[in-house]
Amino acid sequence: MMDETFDLVIIGAGPAGMAGALEAAKHKLSVLVLDEQSEEGGQIYRAISTNERLRPETYALLGNDYQYGKKLLLSFQQAKVKYLSGAVVWQVEDDRSVHFLLNGQAHQVEAKRLLIATGAQERPVPIPGWDLPGVMGAAAADVLLKSSGTVPSGRVVLAGNGPLLWLSASRLAEADVEILAVLETINFSNYLLALPYLPQALRAREYLIKGLKKKMQVRRAGIPVLSSVHDLRVEGVDRLENLCFTHRGKSKSLEVDTLLLHEGVVSNTQLTRQLGCDHDWYELQSYWHPLLDEWGNTSVEGVAVAGDGGIVAGALIAEASGHLAALEATYQLDKISRRRRDEDARIFRKEINNHRAIRPFLEHLFRPNPEILVPRDDSTLVCRCEEVTAGQVRQAVEWGALDLNRVKAYTRCGMGQCQGRMCGLTAAGIVSEAQGKSPREVGYYRCRPPLKPITLGQLVGTEKEIKPP
Amino acid sequence: MLRLKVLNNSIQKDLMLKRYEQSHVKTVTLWFEENPIQAREGESVAAALLAAGVECLWTAHVSAKPRMPYCWMGVCYECLLEIDGEPNRQSCLIMVRDGMRVRRQSPAIGKT
Repeated sequence: MMDETFDLVIIGAGPAGMAGALEAAKHKLSVLVLDEQSEEGGQIYRAISTNERLRPETYALLGNDYQYGKKLLLSFQQAKVKYLSGAVVWQVEDDRSVHFLLNGQAHQVEAKRLLIATGAQERPVPIPGWDLPGVMGAAAADVLLKSSGTVPSGRVVLAGNGPLLWLSASRLAEADVEILAVLETINFSNYLLALPYLPQALRAREYLIKGLKKKMQVRRAGIPVLSSVHDLRVEGVDRLENLCFTHRGKSKSLEVDTLLLHEGVVSNTQLTRQLGCDHDWYELQSYWHPLLDEWGNTSVEGVAVAGDGGIVAGALIAEASGHLAALEATYQLDKISRRRRDEDARIFRKEINNHRAIRPFLEHLFRPNPEILVPRDDSTLVCRCEEVTAGQVRQAVEWGALDLNRVKAYTRCGMGQCQGRMCGLTAAGIVSEAQGKSPREVGYYRCRPPLKPITLGQLVGTEKEIKPP
Repeated sequence: MLRLKVLNNSIQKDLMLKRYEQSHVKTVTLWFEENPIQAREGESVAAALLAAGVECLWTAHVSAKPRMPYCWMGVCYECLLEIDGEPNRQSCLIMVRDGMRVRRQSPAIGKT
């Protein structure tokens, strides 16, 4: 049996959530960590608690950056916090009541302070035919390797841009996956745009070196790398058969079994949206993120965000930001002085500044491909759940749907089981372009509970105490 | 339309996923639409099914076209299955357990 009120409830057990829990536990806060996955680690350290034992070959292949997560995990496991895996949060109220499902049973707990550490998602890459089986995310393939020791079979092509495309390509190459090619969608002009930020990036040169190594590893494996690839299109009846694209002005086609797409990662804003936090549009990388102060506080009292859910910046910054948000929660609950908070925060701020030096360079170099931000081909599926095409979204705008919620009402775009997670950014791109307005003006879907599927039976049977399983 | 193809282990060509990990781990048996599926401890239900040759977990809402999980991290909802009697479970986030009962659920069933 346990208390129904916690000093700090943390949603998400990735680097930000684990670090926040550690810091809060150090200051004797009562902490509950809820995570929808079966074990700690988030996506970056997915399956970190079992891989070494269950999948030693996979664990070895994943390398140092992944294995670093083990240190964090061990500290987290020793900390005095209540951690529930498989806990699916489906609603948070602005009085910080947190509703979640655990083993099919609905629960409710109260939080004095709430820390949302739900991280990022891979940006959906809408190209014609991307809904066919055989097409998935490149970061998704990396997650599959981590979480199940499985890799795509047959002939694989990776297409898109971003550090994770290369990370995934290098790991799959090492895992002896048959990679036909890596198709880069960025243009030469991106390098020119990124160049002014190179001197600053050299302060965090370890990232540059790692990135170049991955790229070299792919080339050394004899995998062709094509740059400035355009007009990606998937053909097939019941599954992916051909990948078509333009390279140096020529149309090409490849017979492929698996296509892995990647155009960066974006903040996961479902929970902060549902809570009514203020958000802003991040123009450079084209995504929405909650507005935060230097401690991670959102515009909603007592609610903070740490990690990539605030702004995408990687695992090490996520970890440091988790500490900062927990220090702030500790201070706000009168467990430490303002001075102690500021002093303890110094080391984490320094850490964040060091790692952040690479971001402007990366974010200018790897800007998402404009072709997928606003798909040109009217037949491209925008909403996979309700099967709404780019043409239908444009049509809705013509009929007078001026904002995203109107588009949703006209077309059902964003009304399916994923609740807009897969189509929101694309729909926003199309609607804002069609009207010549900024995405800020066309807004975003209203995110309503339940954020995750829950049955009426489960809803009726909500428990206010968490019984031991 | 709702094809269930459980391939013979010797036919690797059509599998969506293969196992990189060769180390021996505990095998568990789960039941997919009354068919026994051999999986490995510590795998997600979705990964185990695809690695066993199940082609399609889920069909699209409107067109009933086959789909495959896209994100593998709980975002795309294209891995929804009924697990142990509970519908709408995200099978890419749920680990296999011995004796688990898994069924496909398709919104397309009953539509023409």
